[in-house]
Amino acid sequence: MNLWRTSKVAFRALGRNKMRSFLTALGIIIGVGAVISMVSIGEGAKRGVQERFNSMGTNLLFVSPGSRSMRGVHSGFGGFNTLKPEDAEAIEQQCDAVRYTSPSVNTRAQVVYGNKNWNTSIQGTGARYPEIRNWRVEAGTFFEEGHVKSAAKVCVLGSEVKKNLFESEDAVGQVIRINRIPFRVLGVLESKGESGGWFNRDDMIVVPYTTAMKRLMGRDYISSIDVQAVSMDKTQEAQRQIEELLRLRHKIAPGAEDDFQVRNMTEVAEGAAEATKIMTILLGSIASISLLVGGIGIMNIMLVSVTERIREIGIRMAVGAREKDILLQFLTEAVVLSVMGGVMGIFFGVGLSKLLVHVPIFSQFRTAVSANSIALAFLFSASVGIFFGFYPARKASRLDPIEALRYE
Amino acid sequence: MATPLIQLEDIVKIYRVGETEVHALRGISYKVEPGEFLAIMGPSGSGKSTLMNIIGCLDRPTSGKYFLEGEEVSTFDRNKLARVRNKKIGFVFQTFNLLPRTTALENVELPLLYSSDVTGKKRTELALQALESVGLLDRAYHKTNQLSGGEQQRIAIARALMNSPSLILADEPTGNLDTKTSQEIMNIFKRLNEEKKMTLIMVTHEPDIACFARKRLHIRDGKILREEREDEGCADDIRREVQP
Repeated sequence: MNLWRTSKVAFRALGRNKMRSFLTALGIIIGVGAVISMVSIGEGAKRGVQERFNSMGTNLLFVSPGSRSMRGVHSGFGGFNTLKPEDAEAIEQQCDAVRYTSPSVNTRAQVVYGNKNWNTSIQGTGARYPEIRNWRVEAGTFFEEGHVKSAAKVCVLGSEVKKNLFESEDAVGQVIRINRIPFRVLGVLESKGESGGWFNRDDMIVVPYTTAMKRLMGRDYISSIDVQAVSMDKTQEAQRQIEELLRLRHKIAPGAEDDFQVRNMTEVAEGAAEATKIMTILLGSIASISLLVGGIGIMNIMLVSVTERIREIGIRMAVGAREKDILLQFLTEAVVLSVMGGVMGIFFGVGLSKLLVHVPIFSQFRTAVSANSIALAFLFSASVGIFFGFYPARKASRLDPIEALRYE
Repeated sequence: MATPLIQLEDIVKIYRVGETEVHALRGISYKVEPGEFLAIMGPSGSGKSTLMNIIGCLDRPTSGKYFLEGEEVSTFDRNKLARVRNKKIGFVFQTFNLLPRTTALENVELPLLYSSDVTGKKRTELALQALESVGLLDRAYHKTNQLSGGEQQRIAIARALMNSPSLILADEPTGNLDTKTSQEIMNIFKRLNEEKKMTLIMVTHEPDIACFARKRLHIRDGKILREEREDEGCADDIRREVQP
């Protein structure tokens, strides 16, 4: 008996008990569906995290002031006022693993344009900042090195600020007031989208850091330095070089604590990726348990089915079915059940993960169904059928034809 | 005939039920030539069903030799016996043993499903021919449980005819049928034997049914008691009752 014929016989047998076959397959449908949708949540989270880090730039390093300890009392990060714009310049010039640096300061200020006003975050950065952070200017231009050198009163608006002050009006070339000081708008940044959490990356104004220090804040130290390494695999080296250089520049004695801190974005990104991977595995394995339960359901029903059809098995044996034929028949029934369940489960799972996007708590994960998870779920369900169908099928094939024929 | 269809040599069958041994057959030697119509008779417990199972290759003797068309099938394993049943033997049972909720046609096709050399189209064709030969062509697409007992048994006969077997074994074929239907069934058997020269072996305990056969083998306590030929032992009044 070939496979095609066997499958036809299996379909016929399953068709005689449609409701039962469906309920049995339902276990697999739910199992496969759960695996696919859970993994899609995990994948979505992973992708979200990756996108967020990519939009920041993965070859990025942050230099921030360290924690200061005064007579045993730690101030927390940022306690030092020792980070100077010159440090940034020195890093860019002397560390060969570093491409660009951009000193950063930030504050909040009230901004006014015409009869509208808005309170927003003011970021003081270098001219290279958009390149380091992968930012794009939507209209106009970013400020240049010259503006930084002269502490020019120019600014670039985040899309949210532009919307609040100008609405649909063209902002480029207009003058706004930040803390009553007039600033010319050079450009508007492209929206970076919701980053998640409380911080809106579009609700800010970027000015040259020199301007922010001198005109808005009146201080001579900076909050942090954004550093772009030459490439992603040079970030470790860049970190080491920066640490060495800054210890030297800040005259820190060997063995003494740093007054700064260098953080490496790649490490942070990898950590986050690892966390989401663990989440995916966790979700997937919990969902696999339901697939296992579905498999046990198949075994259960197949055992019932074998007992019910002992007489049929006897008849088939009498007309010449060999052990192999009977084994194959029942095994095929189990596999057909699980594979049909698997196929329906794939649709169910894909549908579910599309639906999950609209559920508030899951929407931030932006579920992504991967071909891998579909293939895996399908293969898994087919092997569940073979595994759990084998015992009942073997039991059927080992029956004695005389006893099977006499069975009432 | 040089080789008999069936040759039984000192067949013994012992069943073990717990500690006790049950001697179902105590040394049966017999020959059946092609084209014979034989009835095996005996009361229940005489061993006639056991003998039937062994002849039908559903069971193997404890000792002794069984040759079917010259092949010593008593040495065959389960799978080889399945092949023999498929190719050489057609069964007709007392309880019909058709697959429930399945069409007559599918039931008749069943033996061909297990012989790999027949395609789907040819299979249906052969099955329809077999159904025609028992006069049930119009019932081909009826489910078996919608049919009467007599019709079901005729379908079973059609199924037994598939694969053109060397031998048809009927185990109490009229046991569940009324007198009139029994007679129809027996007439089909008679016709198969006379017109198509089919070899038929039938187990029964009804003397009037047994008298359709050309030979009757009486079995008691696992041994052959006597053999009757033609009308021998068939009292006229019994025959008149069945065959008007």
